[in-house]
Amino acid sequence: MKNENHIRIKIPLQYITLILVLVWGWGCNNKEKAYNQRLIKNKVSEETNKPEEYAVEAPPFSEGIYPCNDCHSEIVPNPDKRELVDMHDDISAMFNHDRKNRWCLDCHDMNNRDSLRLASGKLIAFEESYKLCGQCHGEKLRDWKVGVHGKRTGEWNGKKEYLLCVHCHNPHAPKFKELTPEPPPIRQEKIQQPLLN
Amino acid sequence: MKKNNTRRSFLKNVSIASLSAVALTGCSLKELDQFFQKNFRTLSKKEVDQIIKDLKVEYKEKYGKEFHVSTKPATEGILFGYALDLSRCIGCRRCVYACVNENNQSRDPQIHWIEVLQMEKEKGIDFAHSDAYYNPVKVPEKGHFYVPVQCQQCKNPPCTKVCPVKATWTEPDGIVVVDYNWCIGCRYCMAACPYGARHFNWGDPEVPAEEINTEVHYLGNRPRMKGVVEKCTFCIQRVRDGRYPACVEICPVGARKFGNLLDPESEVRYILENKRVLVLKQELNTQPKFYYFFGV
Repeated sequence: MKNENHIRIKIPLQYITLILVLVWGWGCNNKEKAYNQRLIKNKVSEETNKPEEYAVEAPPFSEGIYPCNDCHSEIVPNPDKRELVDMHDDISAMFNHDRKNRWCLDCHDMNNRDSLRLASGKLIAFEESYKLCGQCHGEKLRDWKVGVHGKRTGEWNGKKEYLLCVHCHNPHAPKFKELTPEPPPIRQEKIQQPLLN
Repeated sequence: MKKNNTRRSFLKNVSIASLSAVALTGCSLKELDQFFQKNFRTLSKKEVDQIIKDLKVEYKEKYGKEFHVSTKPATEGILFGYALDLSRCIGCRRCVYACVNENNQSRDPQIHWIEVLQMEKEKGIDFAHSDAYYNPVKVPEKGHFYVPVQCQQCKNPPCTKVCPVKATWTEPDGIVVVDYNWCIGCRYCMAACPYGARHFNWGDPEVPAEEINTEVHYLGNRPRMKGVVEKCTFCIQRVRDGRYPACVEICPVGARKFGNLLDPESEVRYILENKRVLVLKQELNTQPKFYYFFGV
């Protein structure tokens, strides 16, 4: 009889422990669920209309070079493709943008040097130079418009700042320049010193 | 003698002993409070406010600056995703140090949340033959390409599953975070992570006061302590305020893209729908929200 009594007490105790553990676990789970429901209400974005034009400030010109017409209005334009020797010889020397087939007046307008000129003959400002680049590099322009080519800064969900093609690529030699890398990480085996104090 | 052995005297002795033990360890009451602080997810609003207040005082004492410690929760309808253009990255490591500065990583012993791996074009993505310690005069080097690796913010993260104390979890907006106060430093998560994206504070993290970033998030870049694990949080302190992560903004070639995966108009969604995309170690079924793509 004594033995039976003993067993009878022991079994409910095990159940009680199990139930307690379950209740405790359920409580924890509930707290996590409640935590995940603490969300900020989403405001519907008002900016549904995407801008078609991208007005970006162009990078600064070399000093004292703009407006071009200060000099060019007094020079009779020469439409022949040639190597420049006096003025702009620096650009002529570094020019590397399909050098074989192209030269200054393919992009700069002959009669108004303060403007760029599309293949169609339409004049555009330096601020819209991306349109000029996009004549040949159409797929880059497409990617740039959706923010995939090039860099955007600001807000991922709101106001963004763009960079023009010419912020990163020199229009006269567009290949991206090599950079000096930042220092490599310290090798694991060289991290030791005062760690174990 | 017998008279002294009462329950009352026993309790008295025990309490005196424990009090003096506490006094001997030199713990202040605040430190005790911190020691007994609960898991972040179970704290009430009032408790959180008190903790933030105490943290501000602590940081002010340590760095002499006013901190803004945010606990901003996730916003509904947002799932963060990241995309990195492998055809653009030149391995300049600007992102590594922008991240260190933004997220208050320890300078000594050094911790980097981003590791840029140099790989050979001939071998393709091959971790075994990659080199994180390349240091030429100019990058990119001929015949090589670069794969920056940081936390992949997996949808199926092995790291959070192995944590024995639930000190790390996925937030509703998809960011995997760590509660530094709850972390016991067992480093199971580091063993579980197949990307080497988690880092342990083996020593007291050292950040010069003049370089400390005072805009911090409780689950992100607030100053850490010795003995806890830390990792990339997509700059939780920035992205929950609508800004781009620091690595996105610094990248000189614009290889890094970030946005809301649930927004069909976002940059990342455009990439997923129009570009050739891959994830690292797909066979492990970690389901990263960090996508690599070829933008060419």
